[in-house]
Amino acid sequence: MSPPSAARAIAIEGLSHWYGTGSTRRQVLQGVDLQVAPGEVVLLTGPSGCGKTTLLTLVGALRQVQEGSVAVLGQQLNGAGRGSRQRLRRSIGMIFQGHNLLRCLSAEQNVQMGADLLPGLGYRARRDQAREWLRAVGLGDELHKLPHDLSGGQKQRVAIARALAARPRLLLADEPTAALDSRTGREVVELLQRLAREQECAVLMVTHDPRILDIADRLVRMEDGRLQEDPSHRPGAAAVYA
Amino acid sequence: MLRRWFTGLWRARRIPLAWLLLTRQPVRLAVALAGISFAGILMFMQLGFRDGLFDASVTIHRLFDADLVLISPRSTSSVSMAGFPRRRLVQAMADPAVEGITPVHWNLLLWRNPETRGTRSVLALGFEPGDPLFTDPGLAPKAQLLTQKGRVLFDQQSRPEFGPVARWFRQGRTVDSEIAGKRVRVAGLVSLGTSFGADGNLLTSSETFLELMPNTPPGSIEVGLIRLRPGADAAAAVERLRAQLPDDVTVLTKQGFINFEQDYWRTSTSIGFIFTLGAAMGFVVGCVIVYQVLYSDVSDHLPEYATLMAMGYRLPDLLGVVAREGLLLASFGYLPAYAAGQGLYALVRSATQLPVSMDPSRSTTVFLMILVMCMASAGLAMRRLADADPAEIF
Repeated sequence: MSPPSAARAIAIEGLSHWYGTGSTRRQVLQGVDLQVAPGEVVLLTGPSGCGKTTLLTLVGALRQVQEGSVAVLGQQLNGAGRGSRQRLRRSIGMIFQGHNLLRCLSAEQNVQMGADLLPGLGYRARRDQAREWLRAVGLGDELHKLPHDLSGGQKQRVAIARALAARPRLLLADEPTAALDSRTGREVVELLQRLAREQECAVLMVTHDPRILDIADRLVRMEDGRLQEDPSHRPGAAAVYA
Repeated sequence: MLRRWFTGLWRARRIPLAWLLLTRQPVRLAVALAGISFAGILMFMQLGFRDGLFDASVTIHRLFDADLVLISPRSTSSVSMAGFPRRRLVQAMADPAVEGITPVHWNLLLWRNPETRGTRSVLALGFEPGDPLFTDPGLAPKAQLLTQKGRVLFDQQSRPEFGPVARWFRQGRTVDSEIAGKRVRVAGLVSLGTSFGADGNLLTSSETFLELMPNTPPGSIEVGLIRLRPGADAAAAVERLRAQLPDDVTVLTKQGFINFEQDYWRTSTSIGFIFTLGAAMGFVVGCVIVYQVLYSDVSDHLPEYATLMAMGYRLPDLLGVVAREGLLLASFGYLPAYAAGQGLYALVRSATQLPVSMDPSRSTTVFLMILVMCMASAGLAMRRLADADPAEIF
């Protein structure tokens, strides 16, 4: 019934990407292939500037695909228009390096901005969901605080709640622990992994943080715009960061 | 049905982002509202003055008991009325639709302030005391006082520069003064109202008027009032009279007479232009302030808007947020402007006796202008949203 790519959360084949034009044209991705199964947690590592973030924005339907095939949640993004990419983004949760919360909204309202994207739910239902998600990330007592009054770890947890409130089937995270101390970072990522598992939501996370690699089902390393699988990685085992 | 629609709307409501964006920055909101209110007050004042002055130019015109009015084609306005033969008015009586006529003398004369002895120009109307002049029935008994020579009825709403005539008269004093160097006595008070061309008014009999103005050619009047039979067609009567009477007289309806006066002030003076320009300046100032506020608001929140787009909100959703901000600013900026406008109009009325008031058409106009101002500024500020590229926030 569904095409083969629908079985995968992400199916990338031969993806190449360039920045700039003419003599300043620079290739950042070279023939990338990557498959992510539903519910799988994949960590993407590599030195800075190797194209990890570019790959994330392409999968997140935030950028036009130039060459190759990118199917996300069964939808081909090569040649997809603005409107269809925007609709697809509703099924993709995103967590950023900074928390990117709306400063003028309370924690609860921020999470509800995510829940508001769900069709057919009444205001009350959406608000209750937002509260539940905040309780799930352990912020049940901070519902009405503004981001300004929350700590870094709390803000990142609000961001996770916001991303999950839209019930995504794919979660993209770009160094979610970058702004956090190691213990808080670890807590946040574990929370993220547990909640994504419960939702059967696939996760593609870019990280530099060697302490969190063990939460991954699979580890992928990127160098100079090419991907290398890390076969030594075993889920749950303490990884040695090369 | 309607109830279900409302419940549906209530269920579908979302986080009021526009409202929160504005209210969580109280200083910026206060600046915006102050700017909008200021622009609104400026527009209210300028348009109020303009309309008030145009209105004030016809305070007397409105009072006349007439359906049609004859004037000389050489008359340009109430401050320069030319004479025409009184015979024309009598000829008009021949028309079957005409019920009655009143010849009126009209001129600006020099009135001597009985207290300070200084002189000032006053609008004097002369008529036969038995003839109806104004629609106000209270005039007829007072008019009988004018049958005695050298008596005048003084307008108690005249500016105070004419002297404490009304006060003295009410105290029972005999108020004597001079008009054009001739002695007159105030026989009573009437209430007419000042106008643009005249700071004060007085009524007198034709006989006294001619005595004050001995150079008036015999049989010449400045205004001829014509009353039609009930149910008569005014427009048809105007047509007939225009055809019958020679062209040394102009036939107008009462409204035409009012328009004639207002057109003079509108087109032959710079009043209309000046006050419209003043209102336009308020509009521009308001635009600049609202644009500044909304533009910096959008700029400050650009990463947040980009985040919303990354989450799957559409650009029109975000444009809607900015538009709602504009709408909220317009509504909340208008209320203080309206209140202040009411207060200032009251102040102007008491200080100048100009008939300035908050009429619905002007308050609607100002609201629409504020709305256009805010929405245009919001529209310009929205262009900044195009810079919100969700791909840049990673």
